[in-house]
Amino acid sequence: MFEMRGVDCFYGAAQVLRGFSLTAEKGEILCLLGRNGAGKTTALKAIMGLVPARGGSITLDGTDLSKLPAHEVPRHGVGYVPQGRRLFSDLTVMENLKVGLMTRNSGAHVLEHVLTLFPLLKGRLSQRAGTMSGGEQQMLAMARALCISPKLLLLDEPTEGLMPAMIARIRQSVLDLKAHGVTTLLVEQRVDAVLPVADRVAFVENGRVTGLENAADLATDRALIDRYVGI
Amino acid sequence: MAFFPHLLLAILEGTVAAAVLALSALGLSLVFGVMRVVNVAHGEFFMLGAMLAWWVAKMVPGGPAIGFIAALIVAPLVVGALAFVTERLLLRRINYDPEATIVATIGLMFVIQQLALSVFGADAKAVSAPFAYRIALPWFGFSGYKLFVVVASIVILLAVWWVLAKTKWGLVMRVTQFDRETATAFGIPVNQVYSAVFVAGAALVAVAAVLIVPIQQAHYLMGLDPLLMSFIVVIIGGLGSIKGSVIAAVIIGLADGIISMFFSPTLASIIATLAVALVLVFRPQGLFGVPVR
Repeated sequence: MFEMRGVDCFYGAAQVLRGFSLTAEKGEILCLLGRNGAGKTTALKAIMGLVPARGGSITLDGTDLSKLPAHEVPRHGVGYVPQGRRLFSDLTVMENLKVGLMTRNSGAHVLEHVLTLFPLLKGRLSQRAGTMSGGEQQMLAMARALCISPKLLLLDEPTEGLMPAMIARIRQSVLDLKAHGVTTLLVEQRVDAVLPVADRVAFVENGRVTGLENAADLATDRALIDRYVGI
Repeated sequence: MAFFPHLLLAILEGTVAAAVLALSALGLSLVFGVMRVVNVAHGEFFMLGAMLAWWVAKMVPGGPAIGFIAALIVAPLVVGALAFVTERLLLRRINYDPEATIVATIGLMFVIQQLALSVFGADAKAVSAPFAYRIALPWFGFSGYKLFVVVASIVILLAVWWVLAKTKWGLVMRVTQFDRETATAFGIPVNQVYSAVFVAGAALVAVAAVLIVPIQQAHYLMGLDPLLMSFIVVIIGGLGSIKGSVIAAVIIGLADGIISMFFSPTLASIIATLAVALVLVFRPQGLFGVPVR
């Protein structure tokens, strides 16, 4: 189980997360929904230890991640697909995957499994990552994160700027991971991008979670969405 | 001497100069490439390496060859240890801020210089080459050791390239260079990588110094020249590009050898400096550099 309790984060003097709390069950797809600057990306960075949490706790299966140095967090099974992918674009596809494999010394079977999820990458292993299309790069970013065989996967706007066919494939791979018991935190800005995959949706505003709803309820009752999003 | 032997000698001396340049600049290029900071004390690490080579040669009995091999072990260890302390006590404290690092390492440069003056004295110290073989050409003799320096620097450059391109360590370094934050998110302890790279850069320049000191002399102010020449080579080649540094070293070294021989060393320096200026104007990132992200 994954839990954030009362997490406070700052950029300099500006407080970005204020008592940020949420929990996710094993194998759950929990979506963080909110406007630009609401604190969604910061919440993911706080989990990774890239932005230090000044208060509160972040626990994954009993380990307090917020007490660890940042580079130890992924070694406890947290895979991160950052916004804008952040691939090592000068490096080859294989080298990018190798970075993920090295994190927890994953064996060859992990790479094999990842390549069955994204067969397209198999023929591209020696290609430079930066020369691939946006959708292919997104797949590589996900594959790289999966190479650490995560218990918890953090996806920051994975469908941003992709064409519909690619979005469907990314969604399908998120559902495949759920079947393997991976917990996923999915950050998105648009509600229709998450309803098909999410189990629950957490609405984020001004650095805190203001509401938590089942995705099924949101799909049937649009009024519920309007209450949070307020359009 | 006729024209051809004259040219041959110039090319040989130029090749040696190129090897010396590439070898001295390698550590600076590596450190800048991965850490994006400029180590102004780079030349002093070189000087310390040379001084240690002299000291070891004096302390170790059994002739220059034994002393040379001992120095090849001792100098990189001692200079590497000093770099380790520097990284911990200085660079890490100022969080690798590029400007602060320049100022801090300028300070370090003076400290090391004055310490070397107090410990070793102000006189120049000659270190004999591990072997004295001279290659007899029909027109002139040429030091076999100088050619050994050329071969050794080719071997060292290839070894560093191999580590960077083909090993897990190299991958970790390139990833850290490319994107510190994402590297951290994949379990790479960036601070430890920085520490290792800084130490490796210092150890490399110490090895360079041990190799080079028999064809120069050890002196407490000798660090300035390798520092300046390393900067020139690294700027022309592109900061952080080892391939660029090597190519720049070959161009500058050969040009220096040939122009010094046929015209004057001053003209050679003028042309090298002019080349830097032109590169900075027309291609600020250097011949093979990538613009800083």
